[in-house]
Amino acid sequence: MIPASFDYQRAASAEEAVSMLREHGEEAKLLAGGHSLLPLMKLRLATPSVVIDVGRIRELSYLRDGGDQVSIGALTRHRDVETSELLQREVPILAHVAGLVGDPQVRHRGTIGGSLAHGDPASDLPAVVLALGGTLVVQGPGGRRDIPATEFFQGFLETALAPEEMLVEIRVPKARGGWSYQKFNRRAIDWAIVGVAAVRNGTTGVALVNMGPVPLRASAVEQALAGGASAADAAALAAEGTDPSADLNASVEYRQHLARVLVRRALEEAGA
Amino acid sequence: MRVSTTVNGRSYEHEIEPRLLLVYYLRDVLGLTGTKVGCDTSSCGACTVLVDGESVKSCTMLAAQADGCAMTTIEALAVDGALDPLQEAFHDNHALQCGFCTSGMVMAAMSIIREHPGLTEADVREGLEGNLCRCTGYHNIVKAVLAGAGRQAHPVGAAR
Repeated sequence: MIPASFDYQRAASAEEAVSMLREHGEEAKLLAGGHSLLPLMKLRLATPSVVIDVGRIRELSYLRDGGDQVSIGALTRHRDVETSELLQREVPILAHVAGLVGDPQVRHRGTIGGSLAHGDPASDLPAVVLALGGTLVVQGPGGRRDIPATEFFQGFLETALAPEEMLVEIRVPKARGGWSYQKFNRRAIDWAIVGVAAVRNGTTGVALVNMGPVPLRASAVEQALAGGASAADAAALAAEGTDPSADLNASVEYRQHLARVLVRRALEEAGA
Repeated sequence: MRVSTTVNGRSYEHEIEPRLLLVYYLRDVLGLTGTKVGCDTSSCGACTVLVDGESVKSCTMLAAQADGCAMTTIEALAVDGALDPLQEAFHDNHALQCGFCTSGMVMAAMSIIREHPGLTEADVREGLEGNLCRCTGYHNIVKAVLAGAGRQAHPVGAAR
């Protein structure tokens, strides 16, 4: 499978990438590790006329201790998130789940920013950043702005990023309390049929993978827990507000059942 | 566009189309057909090569992204017909049947061995999750990788 023809440009900085995006508008796509975009281009589901390679902007690959939070450059690869001692210590769920993305070859190329900007509801990392209550920092022609993860995912593969904006940093609060990630799939490298991220950090954040067109917070579960419900009682509400689709792997009903079972397991493992 | 690469220690410069995938650059432009195209969807791992020492699936990378990179393919391993110890271990452990997945398995294994100083059987099994063998010869492949890394393979099914 060969992608449709495109013009290849390479940006040396976020500023340059943004000015290239401004010039080419919606015809352009940013390419980081390429593990979300290139498969779509090979299937010709995406046919950008300009591909802006941001993969060499080294200054956007970093992990920084920011006191009560950790800042992660958008171009930090899954492999570097997975093996980061800072994250293993301070935000262990994120390091753990980065190690569940794809396979080692994919993790050598794919980036956390690419995964979030792609916004696939079946991806692991968006749900983790949602459960953590993270913040996404985007850069546009007018400078930077912060977008809470809860407002970032807007529709199927649609995010709050404007066409001339680039995701440059992800900030997550340190979360050394209980946590759990439940990924239900048939084969090692598959996407989650359903996944659940749970993080105890004062309150308990719970997010769902593949339970609708966007990565979702399990708000009903979170509210029940905040009101003193048991893990089992809260988990019974896991399918509320979800809109999963049916496919080869699972019917709507089966996904809703999985969400309830996996949320209970996640809450029990996290100690919620 | 123009790309400069180093593949198996040799430097190259080529004028390529931006949409050229790395696997086709290696196979069709350089003639290094040891790297295979299997699923073409970054699932099977047959196209695995090392880019700057790390395993990647060359069907899901543009040759343009490899501009300036040093790459290693299966062709670099044997020297004057003498197999690399890892290839030798695949041979000794009967770790291939049809052989189509083998070059990808060997290149993925090189990366795993490099990244896991105290390599265990579990590291190998998890590390090869992105490489499929349609002959399902996984047990011997795992044994071969452990042997190639200089570690004793545990008998299949034995308590550890």
